[in-house]
Amino acid sequence: MDTPLPAKPRPKIDPVNRGFWENCAKGILSVQRCEDCGDLHFPPSPVCPRCLSSRQSWVPVSGRGTLKSWVRFHRAYWDSFRADLPYLVCLVTLEEGPLMISNFMGDVPAEPLIGAPVEVVFDRIDDELTLPKFRLRG
Amino acid sequence: MSDYRHLKDRIAVVGVGNTAYGNFPDKDDYGLGAEAFRNAIEDCGLEKDKVDGLLVCRIPYYARMGEILGLSPRWTITLPPHGRMSAMGIIEAAAALDAGLCDYAALIYANIGRSRRVNYGGDESPGIWDPFGFTSPGAAHAMMFQQHRALYGTTTRQLAEVSVAFRHHACLNPDAVMKQPITIDDHEAARPIVEPLRLLDYCLINDGAVCLILTTKERARDLKKQPILISGIGGREAYGTASISNYDPECWYNQAQDVAKQVYGMAGVGPSDIDTLMCYDNFSPTVLFSLEGLGFCGRGESGSFVEGGTLKLGGKLPTNTDGGHLSNSYMQGWGLNAEAVRQLRGECGARQVEGAEVAQFCLITPCSRSIIYTKG
Repeated sequence: MDTPLPAKPRPKIDPVNRGFWENCAKGILSVQRCEDCGDLHFPPSPVCPRCLSSRQSWVPVSGRGTLKSWVRFHRAYWDSFRADLPYLVCLVTLEEGPLMISNFMGDVPAEPLIGAPVEVVFDRIDDELTLPKFRLRG
Repeated sequence: MSDYRHLKDRIAVVGVGNTAYGNFPDKDDYGLGAEAFRNAIEDCGLEKDKVDGLLVCRIPYYARMGEILGLSPRWTITLPPHGRMSAMGIIEAAAALDAGLCDYAALIYANIGRSRRVNYGGDESPGIWDPFGFTSPGAAHAMMFQQHRALYGTTTRQLAEVSVAFRHHACLNPDAVMKQPITIDDHEAARPIVEPLRLLDYCLINDGAVCLILTTKERARDLKKQPILISGIGGREAYGTASISNYDPECWYNQAQDVAKQVYGMAGVGPSDIDTLMCYDNFSPTVLFSLEGLGFCGRGESGSFVEGGTLKLGGKLPTNTDGGHLSNSYMQGWGLNAEAVRQLRGECGARQVEGAEVAQFCLITPCSRSIIYTKG
């Protein structure tokens, strides 16, 4: 009998980040907006880091951004990533400002160009989880 | 109105002690801490029972440490087991001594990460990016170095200069864990961990402990060794991207510049006056970011600055003369502060910087700190 593959780590859903993951499942990338001062931030926060307001909501973003940096993992810190080695992780600056860590989807050169335009694509893992990932644009 | 700069030359490090460094599965945090404390007490000749201030870092329970050492201090602080706490702790102790909250403070750090097989990533330190496979402080530094390569054309061979220089120093330090010299080619051939970083860009994980004993300049005169004064301090945090742990979009340049302004302003010296630099080196890129942020070279110029052995003994800026975290011992900044003291005392033997008068410790991380030490 085959041993089932170990599961990859999943996001820990809590009242503050739930909206983000629900939007991802619907194919919408969103960041938190402060209803009082308009500050856009991610990861979400129980109060606005700029004005401390508790009135926070999720607003869709364009899904476009630029590649701020990337790395290639040659070590598996989880057994569940061992089969993926070596694998890439990207850091994206969204058009709206916040930073997001993710993975590439689609064709990627051996040395992705920092500053390259990227756009979000959604990787449906199962009924409960969809991960936002990025592909190189144009 | 109080001003931190009044602390200039008021507080001295009078005793330093450390254990051997390596893999000690038969010891525990307390045993290592006690050994370092005993060595620091012997170093300064202080009567043990006069210690009335206790700061512990990466030691599970301050009261158990006090029990083991037979101390009942009137000032105690515990710092978390994070690498960025060393200078923060020294500055807190200096302020407490100056305020009269204690007369003699013992600062004890112990690390038993080697025997406990600490990984610094994965389920040991959960984070919000785990679903993407992103974890570990090394990966965050790889992200930043990748940016540095792209922005400034810094090469991994330039980065290798850091590891090669510190290994050279470790070979001159009888206490150091690593004893084999390495070359730039060895660095380039080492196995990649999180590319663009390789094994030799990562600090060691080993067991050991360090103790520093601090008191006021006046009290210091009655002790065995030449007091080493705290002449400058500076600090600034960068919490804006704390969710991407150990990452800063600007490689901490802005915070480091602020720290530089504070520490050099208070000490009345500049980068060109520093005889030896003790630079927190959790990963080799941190050294490049520190050199730029503190103004030892221009922004983006650290790659060419370190070329040709600048950081080696005999070079323009002898740095981490004990071998640092990369090659001596992962004492998370505490060992480097002890080394700064020993350099100014002239106790460093084969790795002594001749005529060292001014030593600087710097730690450029989400909590950046720097201390300038001078001879008392």
